[in-house]
Amino acid sequence: MYPADLKYSKDHEWIRVEGNRGTVGITFYAQESLGDVVYVDLPQVGDEVAAGESFGTVESVKSVSDLYAPVSGKVVEVNQEVIDHPDLINKDPYGDGWLIVVEMSDPGELDDLMDAKAYEEMVKES
Amino acid sequence: MENLQKTPLYNKHIESGGKMVNFGGWALPVQYSSIIEEHQAVRERAGLFDVSHMGEIRISGPGALALVQKAVTNDVSRLSPFQALYTPVCLPRGGVVDDILVYRLGPEEFLLVVNAANKDKDYAWFGELAVEFPGVSVEDISTQTAQLALQGPRAAQILAGLTPANLAPLRYYWASPDVEVGGVKCMVSRTGYTGEDGFELYCPAEEASRLWDEIMSAGQKEGLVPCGLGARDTLRFEAAMPLYGHELNENITPLEAGLERFVSWEKDYFIGKEALLRQKKEGVKRCLVGFEMVDRGIPRQGYAIARDGQVIGEVTSGTQSPTLGKALGMGYVPVEYAAINSELEVIIRGRSSRAKVVPTPFYRRK
Repeated sequence: MYPADLKYSKDHEWIRVEGNRGTVGITFYAQESLGDVVYVDLPQVGDEVAAGESFGTVESVKSVSDLYAPVSGKVVEVNQEVIDHPDLINKDPYGDGWLIVVEMSDPGELDDLMDAKAYEEMVKES
Repeated sequence: MENLQKTPLYNKHIESGGKMVNFGGWALPVQYSSIIEEHQAVRERAGLFDVSHMGEIRISGPGALALVQKAVTNDVSRLSPFQALYTPVCLPRGGVVDDILVYRLGPEEFLLVVNAANKDKDYAWFGELAVEFPGVSVEDISTQTAQLALQGPRAAQILAGLTPANLAPLRYYWASPDVEVGGVKCMVSRTGYTGEDGFELYCPAEEASRLWDEIMSAGQKEGLVPCGLGARDTLRFEAAMPLYGHELNENITPLEAGLERFVSWEKDYFIGKEALLRQKKEGVKRCLVGFEMVDRGIPRQGYAIARDGQVIGEVTSGTQSPTLGKALGMGYVPVEYAAINSELEVIIRGRSSRAKVVPTPFYRRK
């Protein structure tokens, strides 16, 4: 449920790092807590995001939640598929349900994130 | 969940994997599998809901009819035994205290089914009115009574396999007392809150688990699923049925809410009649409308409704409609903006998104 090659934020986002780019999504736990995702609002390519700050929203049938960036940087890709089919977030949170790709401005921020084991511990306690 | 009120089916919900939430002080499942799956099951097959949190108030004795007539806007005198009606209960100034179902059980005996959150307020209100009717007793029988709602196009078929009674001829808003369903004695009414055909079953609290199991097992081959509050809300929303605390409150009148058909002007007197008559004569200034989003975004309760940048109202309910696949909402706007196709703006997290007024209900069963 929590792939070992990802880093996790306390706000339930994951990031997959390749070079200075990171693909961002929400975790299995986050999508399960939300229930059926019916809407997602994402930034546009070229927008800047800042670690710990909201970069969009995800809505289930019942509720609205902010999405928080795990790292700072520039948005270089946005998943159009997930905007058209938000249920991809439920079906495949680490795959087709990815949200954005960020070109990191400070890769050092990755050190503030959790590995899979630490994240799983945190979720268990909540 | 520890300090919340529990229905007699609490353990059943836990066993069935219900995702429990605090709903106005009650521990109830918001969903079992997924709100959308449960919603679709009710539209296409059948769903079973625990609605035991609803309040039941029994009003009986000489003068019961006069008391209920005085308290509600609809005309209960025209009810035959075991017939029901929907009615607002108003304050003298016309605002809605609650919206309830009234069953006539006999010439001077009524069962009121009230919103859980309003139960204590309603009980006090009817108790206060009863002072003028010394022969009348007002009893809160909520804890003794469990209520299950079996809803959907296959509900009648499922129930038929569980009871020797023939419920097929039971008409909408009629009830049948003393029906054995899976060996449990119930009052069964053809009512519901989903926009589908269906039944509401009232039984003693201690029999609720047995009744639940009997219905679930009989419904298995028909594709019956247990449903939570989430689907109940999306279903009632598509059918544009008002929800107290959203479309109704003490500052909204039945005329503003589009409920005039549940106000009996012929009745000599009911609490709120003068205020409502005055409002009818002057014309309502705001009314409830349904709208569809033109821009992307989902309207939610509390979001502002605007026109040309000016706030003119507020969203009372809104969601992405599972059946229609559209973002829809309801809310109050001044009557001059209420016409079908009238353009509105909904302020979604600070951003103005276009919407347009559409007819309600959003969904009507064929």
